[in-house]
Amino acid sequence: MRHAISVYVDNQAGVLSRVVGLFSGRGFNIESLSVAPTLDPAKSLMVITTTGNEQVLEQIKKQLNKLINVIKVVDCADRDYVEREMILVKIKAEKETRAEVLRIADIFRAKVIDVSPKSYTLSLTGDKSKLEGFVEILTPIGIIDFVRTGTVVMEREMQGRRKLP
Amino acid sequence: MRKITGAQAFIEALRCEGVTHAFGYPGGAVLDIFDAIMDARDIQFILSRHEQGAVHAADGYARASGRVGVCLVTSGPGATNTVTGIATAYMDSIPIVVFTGQVPTHLIGNDAFQEADIVGITRPCTKHNYLVKDVCDLGRVIKEAFYIARTGRPGPVLVDLPKDVMKSTVNFKYPDSLSLESYCPTYKGHPGQIRRIMGLILKSRHPVIYAGGGVTLAGASKELSDFARRLQLPVTTTLMGMGAFPSGDPLSLGMLGMHGTYAANMTVTNSDCLIAIGARFDDRVTGKVDEFAPKAKIIHIDIDPTSISKNVKVDLPVVGDCRMVLRGMLAELAGKDAELAEMLSQTASWRSEIEVWKEQQPLRYCKSEIVKPQYVIEMIDEIAPDDTIITTEVGQNQMWTAQFYKFNEPRLFLTSGGLGTMGYGFPAAIGAQVAFPGRTVIDIAGDGSIQMNIQELATAVQYDLPVKVMILNNGYLGMVRQWQSLFYKKRYSHTSMAVSPDFVKLAEAYGAKGLRVTRPEDVKDAIREALRIPGPVIVDFVVDPEEDVYPMVPAGAPINNMLLV
Repeated sequence: MRHAISVYVDNQAGVLSRVVGLFSGRGFNIESLSVAPTLDPAKSLMVITTTGNEQVLEQIKKQLNKLINVIKVVDCADRDYVEREMILVKIKAEKETRAEVLRIADIFRAKVIDVSPKSYTLSLTGDKSKLEGFVEILTPIGIIDFVRTGTVVMEREMQGRRKLP
Repeated sequence: MRKITGAQAFIEALRCEGVTHAFGYPGGAVLDIFDAIMDARDIQFILSRHEQGAVHAADGYARASGRVGVCLVTSGPGATNTVTGIATAYMDSIPIVVFTGQVPTHLIGNDAFQEADIVGITRPCTKHNYLVKDVCDLGRVIKEAFYIARTGRPGPVLVDLPKDVMKSTVNFKYPDSLSLESYCPTYKGHPGQIRRIMGLILKSRHPVIYAGGGVTLAGASKELSDFARRLQLPVTTTLMGMGAFPSGDPLSLGMLGMHGTYAANMTVTNSDCLIAIGARFDDRVTGKVDEFAPKAKIIHIDIDPTSISKNVKVDLPVVGDCRMVLRGMLAELAGKDAELAEMLSQTASWRSEIEVWKEQQPLRYCKSEIVKPQYVIEMIDEIAPDDTIITTEVGQNQMWTAQFYKFNEPRLFLTSGGLGTMGYGFPAAIGAQVAFPGRTVIDIAGDGSIQMNIQELATAVQYDLPVKVMILNNGYLGMVRQWQSLFYKKRYSHTSMAVSPDFVKLAEAYGAKGLRVTRPEDVKDAIREALRIPGPVIVDFVVDPEEDVYPMVPAGAPINNMLLV
């Protein structure tokens, strides 16, 4: 099962290496990883998406918690959260497909951020399945390249809302 | 506050941590620290002959005394030579702090002379490590290093000290307190969980305690003995747990696992309630993990949450300090006399069953005209004083010691359990002897292992450390040869130590004493003689070259599947 895990760490040199080294050393899988500073500049947030059975995920969380520079580990599967990722897609757009590409971009609410006579570069934000759907639809037209940022997540605010079932 | 150099501040910090001994080796990057050490009369520095020896000595010092071992080496090769020793301490949860020199900060990353990224190299084998880039951080970092090393599940911490940081000056004050937001080990077990555990144990009919090195580290031997005796629970220990429960106690089953006793392995396999205390279900203990204690509800007490359900699914875990949890468990017995009496009567037949296993298949070996290694160990046990500290190397010498030497107290058996480091025993013995100058310290070695750190004999002679090395010399890397004999059609590929030094002459060359024994009838006298000689001694026991360690569970088999003698 795929899990997004938020790892709050000390914003120090070498901490990323400790976390990544833990995953490689113990044979855990990393599907995506994003790291950036947080509201508190002394801390960074890593969002790691990983896969594994219940026992493996339990070990991942415990092992992360054991690192001295890890402040907090949150498994988003235990929470109600929103998830976003951004993708930049450079796609062939010649005479016969230029309009089609724009139509698809419109349907997905992607933005055109760069144009050349033979290509568009589109940016799209969404969850993993939306991004993958976008890539799937564009593939027959001819994707030149794409870049993904990796998933970031945030817990939903509960006040005044009922927890989703 | 007065301005002092980083190097002087370093010495001051060690003093504040109560450090009285340090092991190590000098070099270019740590010249300033070594200069400051010359003035620190209250910290005895022991110069090893190899940095690996220094770390093992600090480790042996820590295991024997329970204090944090300290090691100081230079940058580059000095630092990389410590890696095996650090990994050894890491696998066995031993509190040491290793200080390494580093090239000046402005050269870091430039492939400078004797530069190594030791913080990067040791990240996976330390509990934590630091690079001190600013002398103002020095006090805090050292305070944290010692604290992290000795608390929770102990382990090695490395502190990398660039040369310019040690040269620069600082208004030094050692911090009184520390704030480590993300590090707070759980000591007190969850009371509800402790209650549930006791409920399960009191209802069990085939219970057994499986105790590991965590009991020794937590200082919980007395509590373990009280608990086992009160509930009449049989106790098996891991290699690291030897001595945590007295071998001489009728409830003791000896070691379990690959070279465990028949009784221990049968008891665990047939138990309905396995109480793991400070142990981690290592593969050398469990054998085929799916068939380990197949009928048992598994209780696991450990201070490290990652140990729980890592290898074996645990039914009732408690995260906490073994001593505190055992005390909690004993307290739960209050007012439960009837239940306890019921349990004791219901488990009587289980204890008789175990007695039969013990009698059926005791540890044994065949005596002969050639010196048997097991006999040497039995005689060492018979002759050496009760408080003798025994270290071992790794392989057959280690397993025979675990089987045939009766450890009745914790911290008397120092061995590399997790990493299995050949060459550990001799420098560890030196460290233990430094911690306890008045006691007998014996390294039980093989002719292969002893050559991995034999250079430390010079250290023992220089500091007048009367360590006794008993070499069980079979001319082979015995344990590997045993596997080749059993599983590789006796194809002894490169396990014959065809050329070894004359250990008697070698001892003499170093200024120590050497003895050689070739006949069983001379074994006792040689041991007595070795203990009588005031300084370091090597005794070369020429033993049966093809003696094997039994029982043995083949790798990957269930532990009740034992090859007996």
